[in-house]
Amino acid sequence: MPSTIVTEEIELIHSGKGPGGGGFSGDGGDSGDSSGSTRVPQRAYITGMFIALAGILMFFMAFVSAYIVRKDMPNSAWIPLQVPRILWLNTLILVASSFTLARAHSRFSAKDDEGFRHWWATTTFLGVLFVAGQILAWRQLAALGIFLASNPSSSFFYVFTGAHGVHLLGGILALLFVQFRATRKVTRGTAIEVVSMYWHFMDGLWVFLFLLLYLGR
Amino acid sequence: MSSHAHAGGSTVHAPMAEPSGFIRKYIFSVDHKVIGIQYFLLALTAVVIGIVLSLLMRFHLVWPNATLPFVSGGQMSQEQYLALVTMHGTIMVFFVLTTAPQGGFGNYFLPIQIGAPDMAFPRLNMLSFWVTFLAFVCIVAAFVVPGGAPISGWTGYTPLSGLGEITGPGEGWGQTLWIVSISLFCLASLLGALNFIATTIDLRAPGMSLMRMPLTVWGWFVTAILGLLAFGVLLAGGILLLLDRSAHTSFFIPAGLVVNDQLQAHSGGSPLLWQHLFWFFGHPEVYIAILPGMGVASHVLSTFARKPVYGYRAMAYAICAIGFLGFMVWGHHMFVSGMSPYSGFAFSVLTMSIGVPSAIKTFNWLGTLWGGKIQFKSPMLFALGFVSLFVSGGLSGLFLAQPAVDNMLHATYYVVAHFHLVMGVAAIFGIFAATYFWFPKMFGRMMNEPLGKIHFWFTFVGAYCIFMPMHFIGIAGGIRRYADASAVGFLAHLQPVHEFMTIAAFITGAAQLFFLFNFFYSLKFGPKASKNPWNATTLEWDTDSPPPIDNFGGHYPSVFRGPYEFSVPGAADDFIPQWVEPSQVARVR
Repeated sequence: MPSTIVTEEIELIHSGKGPGGGGFSGDGGDSGDSSGSTRVPQRAYITGMFIALAGILMFFMAFVSAYIVRKDMPNSAWIPLQVPRILWLNTLILVASSFTLARAHSRFSAKDDEGFRHWWATTTFLGVLFVAGQILAWRQLAALGIFLASNPSSSFFYVFTGAHGVHLLGGILALLFVQFRATRKVTRGTAIEVVSMYWHFMDGLWVFLFLLLYLGR
Repeated sequence: MSSHAHAGGSTVHAPMAEPSGFIRKYIFSVDHKVIGIQYFLLALTAVVIGIVLSLLMRFHLVWPNATLPFVSGGQMSQEQYLALVTMHGTIMVFFVLTTAPQGGFGNYFLPIQIGAPDMAFPRLNMLSFWVTFLAFVCIVAAFVVPGGAPISGWTGYTPLSGLGEITGPGEGWGQTLWIVSISLFCLASLLGALNFIATTIDLRAPGMSLMRMPLTVWGWFVTAILGLLAFGVLLAGGILLLLDRSAHTSFFIPAGLVVNDQLQAHSGGSPLLWQHLFWFFGHPEVYIAILPGMGVASHVLSTFARKPVYGYRAMAYAICAIGFLGFMVWGHHMFVSGMSPYSGFAFSVLTMSIGVPSAIKTFNWLGTLWGGKIQFKSPMLFALGFVSLFVSGGLSGLFLAQPAVDNMLHATYYVVAHFHLVMGVAAIFGIFAATYFWFPKMFGRMMNEPLGKIHFWFTFVGAYCIFMPMHFIGIAGGIRRYADASAVGFLAHLQPVHEFMTIAAFITGAAQLFFLFNFFYSLKFGPKASKNPWNATTLEWDTDSPPPIDNFGGHYPSVFRGPYEFSVPGAADDFIPQWVEPSQVARVR
């Protein structure tokens, strides 16, 4: 598991033998592969991602609570939105991407770099496919004359899918970053771990939003 | 942790080089100390603007018909007055009360006090400062766009803020810039909060257990958690409000709304939804402003009373309790919104229950002072002032927390007086205490004591002269946003009180020049500060003044005891720093 690699890295830092353990470079280590900086224990990145996800969750829950309140207002002028059927397919694709990601993860742990790259790239591809599918869903709605301001239900639909889509695009960039850039041995494990956390979270969040849009319309 | 190589109580590392070049060193620096000072200077700029705005308001309230040179048309219009109200509130709450204690002092001292070389994510730290800076540029730009600054108050209530120019000057460009600015500020604060929390969790020095953290660190840590959970909600609200304005959605705008004889093409939105989203952020924001001040007050009181903080654990738990309860009381801002009396009752009881941890803190501050060898230095005076203002302002909160009383006092000057004392001035006193206390560490020189004391007494007496009479105006029915109360029959006889407050405000405002002069004069000409001029105990006093780039000059400290070991029986000195090994503590022979 990458977590063991993370632990090893912490040990290295704490015993003062780790690469770059002889000080810290002002360069910081935000991106995980900056040169010569491992003064920040790798677990801080895991902690950081947990915290970031908590913040993101609050952001989306604000939308969700607004949705619930707005929908049940008296005189809400709410017309239930028929969600485009392609969303089922998109959801399936995104859920599948979590499985391919888990596969990539276990290949990495087995030190099978080729297998890792294969499954990681598959995940990225599925992610792009999902975003393309979401855009298709938008176009289908637009063809029916349903736009952002048409009805509160469509406003929320575009807000949910838009906000989630932007977050997912960030995830795709992170996947690409790991694929092509994060090559340093010690930080790669952390990067994979952190990006996986984010991706699984975005997957779960989408399933929740989809169920809300579908069942709670 | 166990594998740490200890040498003389610390881990030795090679010292690191400072970045060369002016831009990397002072502008786009990733050093938390430089970023902390950047935040501090941003807040200093903002507070000067905010004070000038408030003095203009006070002036207008007393002399509404005066001709002013910089106002178009000579006389200030009611809308221009409302723009002042809005901009004063926004700039003060976001760019002073949130920015200085957390972004400024938190950034500078949290890593040092826990024995870390920097924040966990230095580049993220730099990013959050520059996004905050951008937000500040946006809000200041609202003054100069067509229509001028927005008039909807710092709470940006809908539908006033959601419809554009038709609802008044400043509601076009100005309001849009306001929303953009606040959204950027939210984003920056989220990034900052992430950094603070991760740093506190993962970068503490060996021996620095949670219950050995200085109470300042507890304040910043809990504040960061509040920020993490609250700012995302306001960001979401800001996005929806922006969509209402620019994409003609109807999240917050009800159907059938007629503004200036024009029916608005919106359907079924809820202005109250905005209020809920705003105050879900807005109430924790109050604690975001005050919790760091509580930490600083505890820290400074203990240091200058030469006594341990009375009930350290209770103090730490009380900070957590206040933070936790702070999320469940937002409805008390909306008692008159027609909410169910049962909701009102629940919000009321929860609100008053915050009095319990607040009373614990106050009791323990007094307990810390009791029997101490008190040294009345400038930081100590401001910390004592903090306690006084927090109590005076907090007590009126118990009245406002009751729906029946609030029905009468809502939107009067009583509320303005309450939150200015407890959140505004008290937090400012926390900032001043922190400035006088840490100036030697940050800039390597001492501030002038007599000037500091003069500054304190003018500000302390002045604050009470401004805000105590304000309570009575509120009880008499003075409405908080009226631009000219002299024209209102039942309020006209209160004008002499307004005059007194305005004069007090101008004197207090002028007294801040003592501070500004002291600050900038001492930067250059103050006497050199030693490593530990206050004989204090926490880790920032273990390093040079100002600290080197990696905070401890190549060695990382270990911690052997709690943060407030003052006047320990049997010890030779009246303080035992956290970094001194037990075997090295000098004893009385």
